[in-house]
Amino acid sequence: MADYLPHTPEEVAAMLAFVGVDSLEGLYAHVPSAVRLAGGLDLPAGMTEPDAAAVVAGYGARNAARASELVCFAGAGAYDHEVPPVVRALAGRSEFVTAYTPYQPEVAQGVLQAIFEYQTLVARLAGLPIANASLYDGATALVEALNMAHGATGRSRMLVSSGVHPHWRAVARTFAAGTGHEVVEVPLVDGRTDWSGVEPAGVAAVVVAYPNYLGVLEDPAEAKALAGSAGGLLVVAGDPVAAGVLRSAGSWGADVFVGEGQPFGTALSFGGPYLGLFACAEAQVRRLPGRIVGETLDTEGRRAYVTTLRAREQDIRREKATSNVCTNQTLMAVTAAVQLGWLGTRGLREVATRCAQGAHYLFDELTRIDGVAPAVTAPFFREFALRLRRPAREVVARLAEEGILAGVALDALCAPGDRSIDAPEGVLLVAVTERRTRAEIDRYVRVMRGVLQ
Amino acid sequence: MTASPAGRASSAPLMGRDAEPTLFEISVPGRTAFQLRTTEVPARPLEELVPPAHLAEAPVAIAEVSERDLVAHVTRLSHRQYSVDLGMYPLGSCTMKYNPKFCDAVAADPALASVHPAAPAALTQGWLEIMVDLEERLCAITGMTAATLQPAAGAAGELTGLLLMRAYHESRGDVRRRVIIPDSAHGTNPASVTLGGYEVTTVPSNDRGLVDLEALRGVLGPDVAGIMLTNPNTLGLFEEQIVEIAAAVHEVGGLVYYDGANLNAILGVVRPGDMGFDIVHMNLHKTFATPHGGGGPGAGPVAVAAHLVDFLPGPRAVREGTGFEWATPARSIGRVHGWHGNALVLARALAYIHVHGAEGLTRVAQHAVVNANWLRRRLAAILPAAHDRMCMHECTLRATALKDAYGVRALDVAKALLEEGFHAPTVYFPLIVDEALMFEPTETESPQTLEALAQAIERIALRAATDPEGLHRAPQTTPVARVDEARAARHLIATADAARP
Repeated sequence: MADYLPHTPEEVAAMLAFVGVDSLEGLYAHVPSAVRLAGGLDLPAGMTEPDAAAVVAGYGARNAARASELVCFAGAGAYDHEVPPVVRALAGRSEFVTAYTPYQPEVAQGVLQAIFEYQTLVARLAGLPIANASLYDGATALVEALNMAHGATGRSRMLVSSGVHPHWRAVARTFAAGTGHEVVEVPLVDGRTDWSGVEPAGVAAVVVAYPNYLGVLEDPAEAKALAGSAGGLLVVAGDPVAAGVLRSAGSWGADVFVGEGQPFGTALSFGGPYLGLFACAEAQVRRLPGRIVGETLDTEGRRAYVTTLRAREQDIRREKATSNVCTNQTLMAVTAAVQLGWLGTRGLREVATRCAQGAHYLFDELTRIDGVAPAVTAPFFREFALRLRRPAREVVARLAEEGILAGVALDALCAPGDRSIDAPEGVLLVAVTERRTRAEIDRYVRVMRGVLQ
Repeated sequence: MTASPAGRASSAPLMGRDAEPTLFEISVPGRTAFQLRTTEVPARPLEELVPPAHLAEAPVAIAEVSERDLVAHVTRLSHRQYSVDLGMYPLGSCTMKYNPKFCDAVAADPALASVHPAAPAALTQGWLEIMVDLEERLCAITGMTAATLQPAAGAAGELTGLLLMRAYHESRGDVRRRVIIPDSAHGTNPASVTLGGYEVTTVPSNDRGLVDLEALRGVLGPDVAGIMLTNPNTLGLFEEQIVEIAAAVHEVGGLVYYDGANLNAILGVVRPGDMGFDIVHMNLHKTFATPHGGGGPGAGPVAVAAHLVDFLPGPRAVREGTGFEWATPARSIGRVHGWHGNALVLARALAYIHVHGAEGLTRVAQHAVVNANWLRRRLAAILPAAHDRMCMHECTLRATALKDAYGVRALDVAKALLEEGFHAPTVYFPLIVDEALMFEPTETESPQTLEALAQAIERIALRAATDPEGLHRAPQTTPVARVDEARAARHLIATADAARP
């Protein structure tokens, strides 16, 4: 058994004597004996770190999908981007990793200023003036956006494009059970949202993904017109890397931007911890969920940072708070600020451009194969959907045997009855990042051709 | 007990006092740090690949810095930040214990960290095994049947638990309206209740700082969906009538929810399931030592009793033959996270449990409790406890005497502690205690560190008598002095681009 307790047995005895009990068990004398656990926890005995290391390494060894074994062409909101040693080293500094929420600003300027820089970058990418200090992930950021729209309009009807990631829509449906929101999922036709059948009256939010989860560049102007005509908010769910070169959510008239911030410095991590990006228009700032850092002065007149507009938050406003979020994903926000600092203006543009170049090159090569067709005809950015001659799950399994994670089989992503695409079992979603070389892409094409023959 | 203090972080020399410009202020046009792989992918212009109507007129301005500038900037920022690694963090209700580096190393292993979340189960057996192993251990620790690992933090766990409560009642055709919360509860509880579609009914504490059982009976009824309780509660006191409380709520058909914020106090001693709780959320970033990251990520798994298993979020990793598979419970409330939860936080917590084992976890709780009680008694003359009897892992003390005598408030004591090289305790919470200072020393602080903290508080109390004005101006030796919060709220400057007043 190992632990991290500093006390010697003599110290424990002296402390117990000072407290006035004669044993550690005696500290719990007032806990009703009827509920006290007899015989201890039913867990294996503890072990030292070196012994535990072997156990833990076993788990990793049973992950065939680790990067050393598979070249990643999977995306669907989680992307294999370059994270350099310098970003890992800086974001991994223990001052950031082992700090609590910055409730005492006088000794938390490091985290507070890093969040302020993060907020600035997210706001610029969104083309909106305000960003918060982070939410759990893209999916829960969407839920907060819907709650904000309800607060802004007093309405509960949410029009959500089926181009929004299927998991995000699933999360929105889950939380709507509590808020009572009506989540209307608007179908895609050939990869683009078909808004024609929806009744805009009484709408709180219109949500469009840009690009959408199939990689398609939709026209957010249609969604804006719909939201505007009904007095609802336009929520744009965006890929933050694409946001480096595409027109911003704000320029399309968005009131809220939400996104998944994982591409900014966070490893694939089997899905978490990731980073919920959230930015909004000035008019919505009092309804902002979670923490926001503001610039101010200290009593000596020096620039200082502090969490502000605190009267919105759960610890003060309790049942009337704008959100229940308390712990967020600050370390991922700090990481994103550092990663963006490393990329810089030119680097982000370069990464976004190379993703698009790689994706279009792979798309062009794959669609020459007999048995591969574009699943939709709409223009895409860095990810695309293909309809295959064989079930996509089978193809993924076969390419994995050749050291390639071919993409994501859509029927593994979509709930039954999803209105984004027909017959998803035949559709493969493929993403390319700036890390994929031409040799890797060419090999993917060769192996795919062989598998489909 | 040695009288010579140790464990003081010595804030002045150890923290950076020079202001650090922002990333944007150190930016120089044309400077770069990034380096990318050479890919040989055809470099077609973006305008050929994307319809021009979608392209921005100009690239988004980030910053233009060299790698060396970036390292200096971020390192200097880190020097302006207090952390557990630097010193004691006795924040009540936050369980800021030392985070073993071993667990960080586990999470950094590329065999875990480089795995794509949508990779098929056959290729991610190790990850599914981690999830099953962790779920089984958390259930053993809490006395529950099954758990979801998806919630990303404690508040997310609370809301998940309330949606489970709702689904359970609705499955029985039972419409319920209210959830009961003690007046000592964390603010996340009532906020989560609202998002769960329920109304909050507050039940008062009695003069012993515990739920007033008679008052509880008075507000119970057939429209009560359940009660949310923290045990030990936020005063650090064990709810001694928990069996009666649970029975009374069950009597009216309600469910009993355990807020696991204070689970650290009772590991291996008493289990929520044995106390009658139906739903339990845990804060892995508290009890199981995953680092808090300056405000997250955390992880808030929710464990449930047998009658609620069918409603758990899905998909869940389950055992299937000799391996593992994803499965969604029959009447699942659905997903509560974009993927599988904060997986790397889950892996850290599992590593922590592996190292400690049954006995180690029990000692964690016992040492947390002895530390809190030692501190409570040691400080009794200056900051008497709100309820002066045996506490659990934290103690709620009061600065009322200092306020009455010298006008020195809990906030002043907290700020002065920052000058003394300690992080402050939680102040003005719980709301029902006047001038509250809530100390949670945790089990990983030594008796020497506790003594150093006590001596620092003694110095502050002496100073209160002679220099109360000085205490109102504290802290002076920290990276910045007391911060003007009102100014920040009056004119919001949330980005470097915002207009200055």
